[in-house]
Amino acid sequence: MREMALVLGQLFNGLSVGSILLLAGLGLALSFGLMRVINMAHGELLMVGGYLAYLAHAWTPDPLRPLVALLLGFAGAALLGVLLEWLVIRHLYGRPLDTLLATWGVSLLLQQAARNLFGPTGVEVTAPAWLRGTFTVNHGAFAGLSLPHVRFFVIAVSGAVLAGLWGLLHGTRLGLFVRAVNQDREVSGILGVPTPWVDRMVFALGSGLAGLAGAALAFLAPVTPTVGQSYIVDAFLVVIVGGVGSLLGTALASTLVGLLSSALQVFTSVSFSKVVLLLTVVAFLQLRPKGLIWVRSRALEEGSHG
Amino acid sequence: MRSIALAILGTLATFFTPSGSPAAESAVKVGVLHSLSGTMAISEVTVKNATLLAIEQINAAGGVLGRRIQAVVEDGASEPATFAQKAQKLVQQDRVVTVFGGWTSASRKAMLPVFERFRNLLWYPVQFEGNECSPNIMYSGAQPNQQLLPALDWAFQKGYRRVFLVGSDYVFPRTANLILKKHIVQRGGVVAGEEYVPLGGTDFSSVVNKIRASQANVVFNTINGDSNVAFFKQMAAAGLSADKLPVMSFSIAEQEAKAIGPSLLKGSYAAWNYFQTLPLAANRRFVAAYQARYGKDAALTDPMVHGYVDVLLWKAAVERARSFEPDAVRSAAVQLPWLETPMGKVRFDRNQSLYQVAYVGQLDRSGQFRILWQSREPIKPEPYDPLVFPGKTCRLH
Repeated sequence: MREMALVLGQLFNGLSVGSILLLAGLGLALSFGLMRVINMAHGELLMVGGYLAYLAHAWTPDPLRPLVALLLGFAGAALLGVLLEWLVIRHLYGRPLDTLLATWGVSLLLQQAARNLFGPTGVEVTAPAWLRGTFTVNHGAFAGLSLPHVRFFVIAVSGAVLAGLWGLLHGTRLGLFVRAVNQDREVSGILGVPTPWVDRMVFALGSGLAGLAGAALAFLAPVTPTVGQSYIVDAFLVVIVGGVGSLLGTALASTLVGLLSSALQVFTSVSFSKVVLLLTVVAFLQLRPKGLIWVRSRALEEGSHG
Repeated sequence: MRSIALAILGTLATFFTPSGSPAAESAVKVGVLHSLSGTMAISEVTVKNATLLAIEQINAAGGVLGRRIQAVVEDGASEPATFAQKAQKLVQQDRVVTVFGGWTSASRKAMLPVFERFRNLLWYPVQFEGNECSPNIMYSGAQPNQQLLPALDWAFQKGYRRVFLVGSDYVFPRTANLILKKHIVQRGGVVAGEEYVPLGGTDFSSVVNKIRASQANVVFNTINGDSNVAFFKQMAAAGLSADKLPVMSFSIAEQEAKAIGPSLLKGSYAAWNYFQTLPLAANRRFVAAYQARYGKDAALTDPMVHGYVDVLLWKAAVERARSFEPDAVRSAAVQLPWLETPMGKVRFDRNQSLYQVAYVGQLDRSGQFRILWQSREPIKPEPYDPLVFPGKTCRLH
């Protein structure tokens, strides 16, 4: 009886972990996937979202908190993204290694800023009352199964973000521009697409999504100056496994990685499942170097940026 | 070129300084070596503060053997290699007579060869996994039988006999749980499960699920640092708050509780050899002195008190030996009588670890512990657990 609950619980956990990975990775799927910017400060943008959620919680009434936190996290991080693109990134397009170093520096600056503003020990963000409960099964085959509301919330948010992003890319003029620039930067520039503006918008959107993710994940994880470091590797992992440049690939990879790691953890420890997971990913990338979904793109293939 | 010439001149000058100058005679140098930067700084800076407070108090009262104590503070930067390097610098270059410092077992193990090679003495203030016995270290932090096993006794007394062990994946939790498992089985309890999460890890979904499925009635937690936030948040989200499933933590003191968030931890248990709320006159004086010096909201913790008490013990040993020489001091230290300290009565055993009282406390909403239980008397320290390391003993004197 207990075993059934454990297995079903792990299946749910797989989806939950997948949704966390997806939230952490979607912003990166935009900036790294579409623009080829290796943004080492991506984790710190999540961290900024967490701190904005903390500020939102201090000022808003309990039931509304998560929504205000998500909006504030998105807006604040997007603004920071615009600033970052204007100050640093736009000068380094087409020089991936320089971008890597520069954004790593930015990540250190942001960590220290958080330390100076909020102290080294982190701040407290707790879920509102309506997210604190669990969905519990007490009878029948699945007795003992218990699914936390807050994990449903994170799954819902990541689903909504994915749908919204899909709609934006395939239903709006900005989305059309983004896809055009991604396919062929030079030609779309000649045809009148304002490529520098598109770059800035994509980077801002990616940053904003990181901030939103940080605000949502603050209910499950700590909010400290260095918490970004715990997301950055997983974020790159799902983007690369999914196939650089493909949002659906990122979504698929997140779900698979989440399910695989939860399934492994039925049999082994967290540490060991991580080892097996990374080995699996290395082996997979040997077979399919371009990831799950391979996007044809001149911009990506040439690795140049105008 | 000029700077090199100056450097050489400077070095020569130190050689030719008359060694009998009154300033050098009057002050005796000790090293204080903690992480003042990096990930461990949060914990170690306050231990350094408590150590310096003891030195200031002793100096105000006339020093040791008529000489003022001069602290040379160095930063171990949360890197074991830096600890070793700075320890060597303190001993060789600054010629300190002893060093107070270290927190992680990795930092202690990195410093150990330095102190053995130069026959100096390190005073180590943090609870640890035992299984070590160096003549050049005074182990004042709790051995496993002074923190882990008393907590286990208490839990069994309360009827919590199905224990789930969860920890960060490094030496302390692994060794601690090795010892706990043997003793749980020996006492007729059940190890309901054992899980490790990488340091800094934030995903506890599977761990929480396994804890639930294991039907454990108590969790022993050796998770370190920020990961605790994720662990307690995800436990609470799954409906396993402290009133439903008690958690006994071994790495959460007043300061960590403040950082993790008391509302999240409210009702959970911890085992230490000191709590800020201890109703002892010596403790009230210590808390007042520390807060007067470092701010009235400062939290006091077990490792801080050990850092403070180490200096008092060193002074007592020096005065007994009538010498600052490390070998004479450590011989005198193990012969000291009981000393009344903020953490209760202590003295060193012949294995250079400290007899001390064990306490179990429960966290309240304010981030302080309500003391529920204490050992009847100070517990004799055992560096080698007889069940896990049978036949091994630590003989130093």
